[in-house]
Amino acid sequence: MEQLAELSYALDTFYFLMAGALVMWMAAGFAMLEAGLVRAKNTAEILTKNVALYALACIMFMFVGYNIMYPGGDYEGGFMPVISFLLGAENDAATFAAGGDDAPYYSARSDFFFQVVFVAAGMSIVSGAVAERMKLWAFLLFAAVFTSLIYPIQGFWKWGGGWLNAAGFQDFAGSGVVHMCGASAALAGVILLGARKGKYGANGSVIPIPGANMPLATLGTFILWMGWFGFNGGSQLAVANFDDANAVAAIFVNTNMAAAGGVVAALLTVRLIWGKADLTMALNGALAGLVAITAEPLAPSPLLATCIGAVGGILVVFSITSLDRMKIDDPVGAISVHGVVGVLGLMVVPLSNSDATFATQALGVGAIFAWTFITSLVVWGIIKMVFGIRVTEEEEYEGVDISECGIEAYPEFASRN
Amino acid sequence: MKLVTAIIKPFKLEEVREALSTIGVQGMTVSEVKGFGRQKGHTELYRGAEYVVDFIPKTKIEIGIDDAQLDAVIEAITGAAGSGKIGDGKIFVTELERAVRIRTNENGPTAL
Repeated sequence: MEQLAELSYALDTFYFLMAGALVMWMAAGFAMLEAGLVRAKNTAEILTKNVALYALACIMFMFVGYNIMYPGGDYEGGFMPVISFLLGAENDAATFAAGGDDAPYYSARSDFFFQVVFVAAGMSIVSGAVAERMKLWAFLLFAAVFTSLIYPIQGFWKWGGGWLNAAGFQDFAGSGVVHMCGASAALAGVILLGARKGKYGANGSVIPIPGANMPLATLGTFILWMGWFGFNGGSQLAVANFDDANAVAAIFVNTNMAAAGGVVAALLTVRLIWGKADLTMALNGALAGLVAITAEPLAPSPLLATCIGAVGGILVVFSITSLDRMKIDDPVGAISVHGVVGVLGLMVVPLSNSDATFATQALGVGAIFAWTFITSLVVWGIIKMVFGIRVTEEEEYEGVDISECGIEAYPEFASRN
Repeated sequence: MKLVTAIIKPFKLEEVREALSTIGVQGMTVSEVKGFGRQKGHTELYRGAEYVVDFIPKTKIEIGIDDAQLDAVIEAITGAAGSGKIGDGKIFVTELERAVRIRTNENGPTAL
């Protein structure tokens, strides 16, 4: 029996670690997607941003963020965060062997590993929206604050057992806690940053600034799609028994179906309204489908999951064009994919999960958005006042690769746009 | 001597090269350029926003030739690069004052 319990602990821990590794791989997905959708002269900088934010997120979350987000059972239903530094101890053998409800069934460190890659993913959402005109170090400064305080506090409210969780708000893998949170921070940043030069014309016209590398953007999307199996699948938090194993399988299937629905719906939408199959919209459609299902990837049937993804795919197309009409410049569509569709994902949970009501879901949407948007606005505002967040007009023209990184992503291709 | 500059559609380059080598033209310089004449641009669409692409990619060929070859060269290029459709390109002929082969210091038509 003891061996079986140990095997189960090992399997659940292993599963957590592998799922975490898949989510870590999403960092590559974001990096490639964003690199493909910005211009060549800004590619090295956005790659640097992605590598650096991932590393910074891990460190800040280890330093203080994780403990804020998961203070432990004594703070159930809580609102005020509790600050403590560095990771606690691993599970000890005695507590494990004692069994019972309080016994741990996976490694404590594996829990940190699984959570840290989520905060990195959330922060990564911001990097695409502010691309091509933000100062690198201003961004990283914000990232440090976001990953140590802003994200963990709202994460505590739901996943850490805080007041949102107690109120009945449902968010299985993070349509709200991760995606809408990241998008809210992005929106605050973009509003204070302003649009890229030359993006919006005199009479409200939108001037396209095409991305430099469609293959990278597509590769990035597929990497994110695959990583999402860890993102949603791992959020079941266990696999080593009949029910959990079946649940994980259902989650993988629904995640995949939602993405598929998103792609097809987005592609059909753009074909209908513009007569062309815009690849970048198809890619955003896949991601929108994934975000839409993330709030509840277990309960729906595969067909419902496909439909949820499809609605996300349609919504994201209109959201992207609407934001452009409002002169909110988002080079990769991050605010639409993760924010607007994140809200959708949260609001459709009651369709398949009776533990959720539209009221509690709306409460969660409001709370997470208000907290993240307002605190982000404050932090971006302070950084803007003290250091400035935007590069100079000349640096923007030359490309931030030169001004921020001193290297070019494609040094042999000479033309400048 | 004459300097013949031809702006042609990029995919016609191989045909033009072969046509020229058939009449004895030994070398050329090729560059990628963009331009437009009376052929207008086309519109492209990116995430719902339309934009007009005015400049069309073209290939520019420059060859230095002896005066005697001029008519044959023009006929060769026109035959190979022409398709009867808008955008076939143009040929410009200018006087070539001097030509030097760097390796041997030859001057004049023998340097071509």
